[in-house]
Amino acid sequence: MGQRIDVNHLNVYYGDFLAVEDVNMAVEPNKVTAFIGPSGCGKSTVLRTLDRMHEIIPGAYVKGEVLLEGQNLYAPDVDPVSVRRDVGMVFQRANPFPTMSIRDNVLAGVRLNNKKIKQSDADDLVEWALRGANLWVEVKDRLDKPGIGLSGGQQQRLCIARAVAVHPQVLLMDEPCSALDPISTLAVEDLINELKKDYTIVIVTHNMQQAARVSDYTAFFNLRAVGEPGHLVEMNDTNTIFSNPEQEDTERYISGRFG
Amino acid sequence: MSDTVSSNHAAPSHDTAPSIDFDKFKPTRSFIAARKRKDMAMRLLIILAFFIALIPLVSLLWTTISAGVARLNLNFLTYNMSGVVGGNPTPSGGYGGILHAIIGTLLITLGAMVISIPIGLMCAVYLVEYSNNGRLAKAIALLVDVMSGIPSIVAGLFAFSLFALLGGPGTVNGFVGSVALSLLMIPTVVKTSEEMLKIVPSDLREASYALGVTKQRTITKIVLRTALPGIVSGVILAIARVIGETAPLLIASGFIPSTNLNLFSGRMTTLPVYVYNEYSQGLATCSATALQSNPPCLPGIRMERAWAAALVLILIVLVLNLVGRLVAKVFAVKTQD
Repeated sequence: MGQRIDVNHLNVYYGDFLAVEDVNMAVEPNKVTAFIGPSGCGKSTVLRTLDRMHEIIPGAYVKGEVLLEGQNLYAPDVDPVSVRRDVGMVFQRANPFPTMSIRDNVLAGVRLNNKKIKQSDADDLVEWALRGANLWVEVKDRLDKPGIGLSGGQQQRLCIARAVAVHPQVLLMDEPCSALDPISTLAVEDLINELKKDYTIVIVTHNMQQAARVSDYTAFFNLRAVGEPGHLVEMNDTNTIFSNPEQEDTERYISGRFG
Repeated sequence: MSDTVSSNHAAPSHDTAPSIDFDKFKPTRSFIAARKRKDMAMRLLIILAFFIALIPLVSLLWTTISAGVARLNLNFLTYNMSGVVGGNPTPSGGYGGILHAIIGTLLITLGAMVISIPIGLMCAVYLVEYSNNGRLAKAIALLVDVMSGIPSIVAGLFAFSLFALLGGPGTVNGFVGSVALSLLMIPTVVKTSEEMLKIVPSDLREASYALGVTKQRTITKIVLRTALPGIVSGVILAIARVIGETAPLLIASGFIPSTNLNLFSGRMTTLPVYVYNEYSQGLATCSATALQSNPPCLPGIRMERAWAAALVLILIVLVLNLVGRLVAKVFAVKTQD
């Protein structure tokens, strides 16, 4: 089952630079939450704080709280590595491991964590994850072929299979369809709709039609000017954001009359 | 409405955009013809340069093969130089051999690999994955650059004096030579491995971290694995650089005519030192009767042995290269099948 995330007074820094200021939001379990906003407003940055991927960049840190089912991910005794096991992530560019077959890519999360896995368990896990990512039918006869031999859309679904194979509670997606053609995009969007039965999903997207199609809740981020920190303008259920937003900025952004 | 839009793009003094004769910007026929002539001339120059570059290489190979193949036989490869007197034949029917030098070269180079590959690789991993380009990293990078410029004789003297302190004056054995060679190898290993680790896309590291994989396992299982073919090529290059070293080994490992299998004790001959030694001794002495006997005493045998040993050295480097290519191919990133 998916878990809920609460973000309280989150300030995100790159060194001295405050990139996003004072974000407060609640991400509901088993729903799809979309982050929208102009480039540079910090939506991807906020997404990456939800599984502590932000701090991989040298000098980057956050202040504030991110609560996963009430447990603060930034508490001093929390291991970022175990956070990333509970909160999976799919990236903008499909990035299957180039040295691995399709099968090994799906098993990477388990195997790289130094867990031995029996052959029959591995077979089941590969099939389960690939079926979950709507890829099983296309690749079941070539599981031992390299993952990077697949098409762009298939690679992205392979990355989703790889992410769900470690069985996270939350799935973060950073513009997962921006490099895909419309048919592959449709496949991934259908998949997102199915995945929300089992996971809480947060998706960053530049495509407002996509946000309207797939998400239950939408958060709009904006920045006042270049060099100023980004901030959360408003967050509400998707219908309200797209039909009757509270803030004028949101209205202007979604209707394409921006800046 | 339209006034405000146009005033944003054009200077206020113009009411209309300037008219431009685009034909002026098109290349003329003579320009195209000139470009084709230049293209042909440069092509010829480049092909010529290629053949000029080939001349010394082909000449070197031809000389070594034609001069070395005469003495290159099984007897030469399976006997050492003990009991060889002047140009006289040995009881085995040959004129001495290089078994001891082949073993010496392989053992000393292996020793150098064992020392320099872990150090060089870990240094590269530190520089790329851990240093964040800090001061220490810049200092190390500078030192590696300086180290790659060390003359090989200095490396030999360094190893010789280091072991004079550790093992008493005049300590000369195979391992001292390995240490000298590793000083020459480490910078190449660091440099090439660093470049190879740098070109591993950061996407892959992020993908691995996002699966909840630790940094250590991300580096060993993803980064090093992806960079492996390039690292292998770099290591082969580094070996090829040191396997032909003569001066440091002459100082550090010395020369003996017999086979020594112990890297850590006693002098050890390597192929380049053997070649130098044979060449420097000039003609072999032969008595008048020995010249007439069958098999005869050969005054020019030393040069023949030197060329044959040089040929064997080239063949060893060639085999090493082929093995490296094979390893790189097996571990290469495959897109199809």
